Amino acid sequence: MTTAAVAGAPVARAIPRTPSRLASILTVLFGLVVIWYVAALPMNAGQLTRQYARIDPDRTFTFNEKLFATWTVRRPMLPTPDMILGDFWKTSTGAPITSKRNLMFHVGVTALATTTGFLAGALLGIALAIGIVHLRTLDASLMPWLIASQTVPILAIAPMLLAVLGALSVSSLVAKAAISMYLCFFPVTVSMVKGLRSPDRLSLDLMRTYSATQAQLFVKLRWPASIPFLFASLKVAIALGLVGAMVAELSTGGQAGLGGRLLNASYNGDMLHMWTALVTSSILAIVLVAAVSRIERLVLTGMGSRPPDQNA
Amino acid sequence: MPEPVQAISRPAATAAPATPVIEAADLSLTFQTADSPVYALSNINLTINQGDFVSLIGPSGCGKTTLLRVIADLEQPTGGNMTVLGEPPDVARQRRAYGYVFQAPALYAWRTVERNVMLPLEIMGMSRAERAERAQRYLAMVNLAGFERKYPWQLSGGMQQRVSIARALSFEPGLLLMDEPFGALDEITRDHLNEQLLRLWGRTGKTIVFVTHSIPEAVFLSSRIVVMSPRPGRIQAEIDCSALPPDRDLDVRETSDFIEIAHEVRQALRDGHSYDED
Repeated sequence: MTTAAVAGAPVARAIPRTPSRLASILTVLFGLVVIWYVAALPMNAGQLTRQYARIDPDRTFTFNEKLFATWTVRRPMLPTPDMILGDFWKTSTGAPITSKRNLMFHVGVTALATTTGFLAGALLGIALAIGIVHLRTLDASLMPWLIASQTVPILAIAPMLLAVLGALSVSSLVAKAAISMYLCFFPVTVSMVKGLRSPDRLSLDLMRTYSATQAQLFVKLRWPASIPFLFASLKVAIALGLVGAMVAELSTGGQAGLGGRLLNASYNGDMLHMWTALVTSSILAIVLVAAVSRIERLVLTGMGSRPPDQNA
Repeated sequence: MPEPVQAISRPAATAAPATPVIEAADLSLTFQTADSPVYALSNINLTINQGDFVSLIGPSGCGKTTLLRVIADLEQPTGGNMTVLGEPPDVARQRRAYGYVFQAPALYAWRTVERNVMLPLEIMGMSRAERAERAQRYLAMVNLAGFERKYPWQLSGGMQQRVSIARALSFEPGLLLMDEPFGALDEITRDHLNEQLLRLWGRTGKTIVFVTHSIPEAVFLSSRIVVMSPRPGRIQAEIDCSALPPDRDLDVRETSDFIEIAHEVRQALRDGHSYDED
């Protein structure tokens, strides 16, 4: 960016500007894409040699031909970004949205299980936090169990839980949401316990001078004070919820959902479809976290919190 | 509720029959700490009458804030007896007999100025219309009309403290307990708020107990000054300020009466070894 600054004229904005956030992100992204294409050369070369050998063992290829071929090979070891984008587009638009062949159908399945589990997990997490803050016995007894629950790997729990829920003929959505919830509630509980205890001595004393009841203390002080803590944990929780839903899909043998796509592609050794499923799940995670952030901003602005640009 | 109409004369200057609002008899409070007990209050005997403006003054650690907190039932005495409006402090608190102004404004960040003032009214179950009317009235009284919809962070420190005063006044307690309310403010703002507080007291005839460690502030505001000294926290002297005119303004500080009372306070502090180094 150049400015037509007249020599000798006073410069209004002499402070050196730090590069914008978008510019930094794009620079890093560009670097990664370059590395990606370069890495695709050796990764896909082996595949290519076998392919060529099948077509015509005697023919020789120019360097440019080989270069182009490694970036367009049909069953690549490392698909290039343009292949993934192409596959994403093809599988998202090539079939009706209600069809299992459409990628967006699977996105919908996973997103539904994630958000259901997330909402249930958030509610459970909040309820546990309220109990812990208000009941001394829960405070002492519950927390170690909650921590223990999270030390068990979800990959070990999920098949067991799914088998039990399956035997009880619970719908697969509920079963997946249950595993999602299992991961979601914990950060919410930890954060909300902290949030509900965040009011300082002065704010609590003030309520005491009014002889406020426990319920009033909760509604008018503890709960509103905990909202920033709640949203911080919800952003973590929804990302974990997606992991939970996909692990559940992997464990149910790839019937549907992004986890299912991932599993099926891996059975077939189809790297391109695996990458597409992986990239799609990242995009889904970004969209979900962004949605929570958006709600957070709306709620906190509604609660009169200082706009972030005035904090600096 | 109509405000009690006061004559121009200050309540303390009139010879009206004194009704005790706060009575402390042999009051003491000892905090048990790991190594040694801390004698925060020791043998406090004090009577504060209806309409008094009493300042508690003393160095840090003399127990002045602790005494205020005992009156408010925020601390429990370990000995002696205390009554507030003839009742034990916890009963008085449950009757919402007093408004308490803390050192910091303690406004809730998620509430507008107006809704901060309404907080005690909501808790006390007042109707919406009544709450709105009171908030408007008391914000106007502290010169904050027009700031109803602002959030605390949009106000200066002095304005925030005025909101907290409006909040304490909003449910119209007869007794106001103020713990260094202007301690964190600059001197110009403090002078201004002192004048406003004095007028408010003259208008409403409330009983005010005011904690400070500023001698000029104590002399300027009070009808009586209670000088306290530390280790153990005790009352060193009680100094009457009725020699000063009832309708004081800031210029009163240059009068010989003012200087004389200030000197008396300083002398009492010195007698209590408040100026000693330890």
